[in-house]
Amino acid sequence: MPEHMMSEHAISEHAMPEHATPEHTGARGPVGIRFEQVTVAYDGTAVLEDFDLEVGAGEVMALLGPSGSGKTTALRAVAGFVRPARGRVRIGDRDVTDLPPHARDVGMVVQQYALFPHMRVADNVAFGLKARRTPRGQVAERVAEALEMVGMGGYARRYPRELSGGQQQRVALARALAVRPGVLLLDEPLSALDARLRSGMLAELDRLHRELPDVCVLYVTHDQMEALTLADRVAVMDRARLREVGTPRALYRAPRGSFTASFVGSANLLPVTRAGEGKVRFGDTELRVATPGPGDGGAAATLCVRPHRIVLGDGGANVLRGVARAVQWRGATHRVALEVAGHEVVADVPESASTPRVGDRAAVSFAAEDGVLLDD
Amino acid sequence: MTETMASRRPAGPRLRVRSGAGRRGGSARTGRPWLWALPPLAVLAVSFLHPLALVVRESFSGGTAAYRQVFGSEAFTDALATTVALAAGATLGCVVLGFALALVVAFVPFSGSRSVARFIDVFLSFPSFLITLALLFLYGTVGMANGLWTGLTGAEEGPFHFLTTPWGVLLAEVTYFTPFVMRPLLAAFAQLDTAQLEVASSLGARPARIVRQVILPEAYPALMAGGALVLVLCLNEFAIVLFTGAKDVVTLPMLVYSKAILESDYVSACVVATVDVVLSVGLYGLYRSLTGRSSRRARAHA
Repeated sequence: MPEHMMSEHAISEHAMPEHATPEHTGARGPVGIRFEQVTVAYDGTAVLEDFDLEVGAGEVMALLGPSGSGKTTALRAVAGFVRPARGRVRIGDRDVTDLPPHARDVGMVVQQYALFPHMRVADNVAFGLKARRTPRGQVAERVAEALEMVGMGGYARRYPRELSGGQQQRVALARALAVRPGVLLLDEPLSALDARLRSGMLAELDRLHRELPDVCVLYVTHDQMEALTLADRVAVMDRARLREVGTPRALYRAPRGSFTASFVGSANLLPVTRAGEGKVRFGDTELRVATPGPGDGGAAATLCVRPHRIVLGDGGANVLRGVARAVQWRGATHRVALEVAGHEVVADVPESASTPRVGDRAAVSFAAEDGVLLDD
Repeated sequence: MTETMASRRPAGPRLRVRSGAGRRGGSARTGRPWLWALPPLAVLAVSFLHPLALVVRESFSGGTAAYRQVFGSEAFTDALATTVALAAGATLGCVVLGFALALVVAFVPFSGSRSVARFIDVFLSFPSFLITLALLFLYGTVGMANGLWTGLTGAEEGPFHFLTTPWGVLLAEVTYFTPFVMRPLLAAFAQLDTAQLEVASSLGARPARIVRQVILPEAYPALMAGGALVLVLCLNEFAIVLFTGAKDVVTLPMLVYSKAILESDYVSACVVATVDVVLSVGLYGLYRSLTGRSSRRARAHA
């Protein structure tokens, strides 16, 4: 990226487009997004229900969830492609709920790139600038800057069909960034790429966000790794509703619900009963957990333990004994599945560890602070 | 078992050899492809080329005298000008109206849009005179519009008399042939990635710019194909002109009819028919050369 684009001047300019017409003047300075009780329904069926979320200016928020969870609908509500049946959507201090998409000052990148096939790369990137009536003299310069930013400076004369998938996605990103939007909407932007390209683009997106710290990014994905890598915060969604919001670290280490625990990383979800302050019972075994809360004796609960926090042997505070049912080699780790008290407990242990054979009796253990008691 | 297997083994190579020999030896399918072209060519020759050749030969039966006579007549030059003007006007009207209607059907959400799209398919199967008859019921001398007018005002006759003028023929041709432009356009629109439209919109483009810069370039080959079809059909349209009853509107096909059937002047009819064929092929070629470059470019991009 050229140095002049990284200067403070460039950043403030980014936040306040000089070409802005009254319709495009919403983003005067860094802006965020606010969903207020947004409900979207198709034929009477809610696909997004009572959605409340605030994304700060310059923040990267990942909407993470399985298919049909409502994450793309939430993004499309910001872009203006779906109209909420209830609730409001705000970008900065503007209520954009009733504004058409072209007046919302957002940039958007979609899974299948959606480049215009009859236009060269430079024309694709210039499209939004011309649509926003950027002075003609500035268009070429801004196109070149945007393409340099994504490392595609040498491809301006190419047609989209002459580019690889990863290159096309970079151009799509440049096209969205060229208009210097206050809000960048990314709808599963890496899903069409293979694993190696995806990893490279993840690093690229991370770098871009560091270079454009004022841009508020809403990133829709079903891939937990993308969400954990890129996002400042993650909103976990399921069945049209927001389940939890938090930093990736907090959601991973201390999820509140079992859906989040199983969707963000893998988890052992063990049915337990409360047995006093900091204690639970799993089958006949009493376990100590660090989660604070009332120790209602006998109340059912779910205990979450991450597989990689479980070690082989009985050296930890909480020891579970059972029979090895499966041992899978996974490169850097072995996944050992034990049957304990009629339930499966899986542990990811280092590849160098000596693992039991299938059918052997074995013990595994974990520390009290690695057991998280869930709300549901 | 082993023996059986062994005895079967050579069969494979023999089969392969036969297959290879077939290819090298030039089977009818690959070695002499023109053999396959013979039957359709024979049908074409008997059913079309031979009659066409007879027409052309008849037109020259008296040397070029018939041509000089026809070219020198005012009726012919008027018919030629009328034919070209009507065909060009109808093509332009169909392309503009067809594109606009196809946009509405494809991109403007309204209940019943699928039914409309299906109806267009049915419409294509209607005979052209049916549309003209419908227009006669509406705008004819004793049609509904004039009837309503005379009923309301007590006047002896209504104000709508355009159906027997070139404008009436133009209206009928545009009405009948517009779906011929819409059909390929709707197919092209169905292939369009709607994400492109959404991204264009999010980038700040209003609907008019999206139509002009995103939809039109991608649908251009389909639009031109529909236009070419309409042009050729309009150049040779007979039933619509006949059914409107527009006595002053004489096109080349009408002139052929009047020369051959009414005047029994077969030589002149053959001259006009030959000119009509040359005109159709020539205008079609001109149209394709004018639109071909951009169509090829658009196809290459797609």
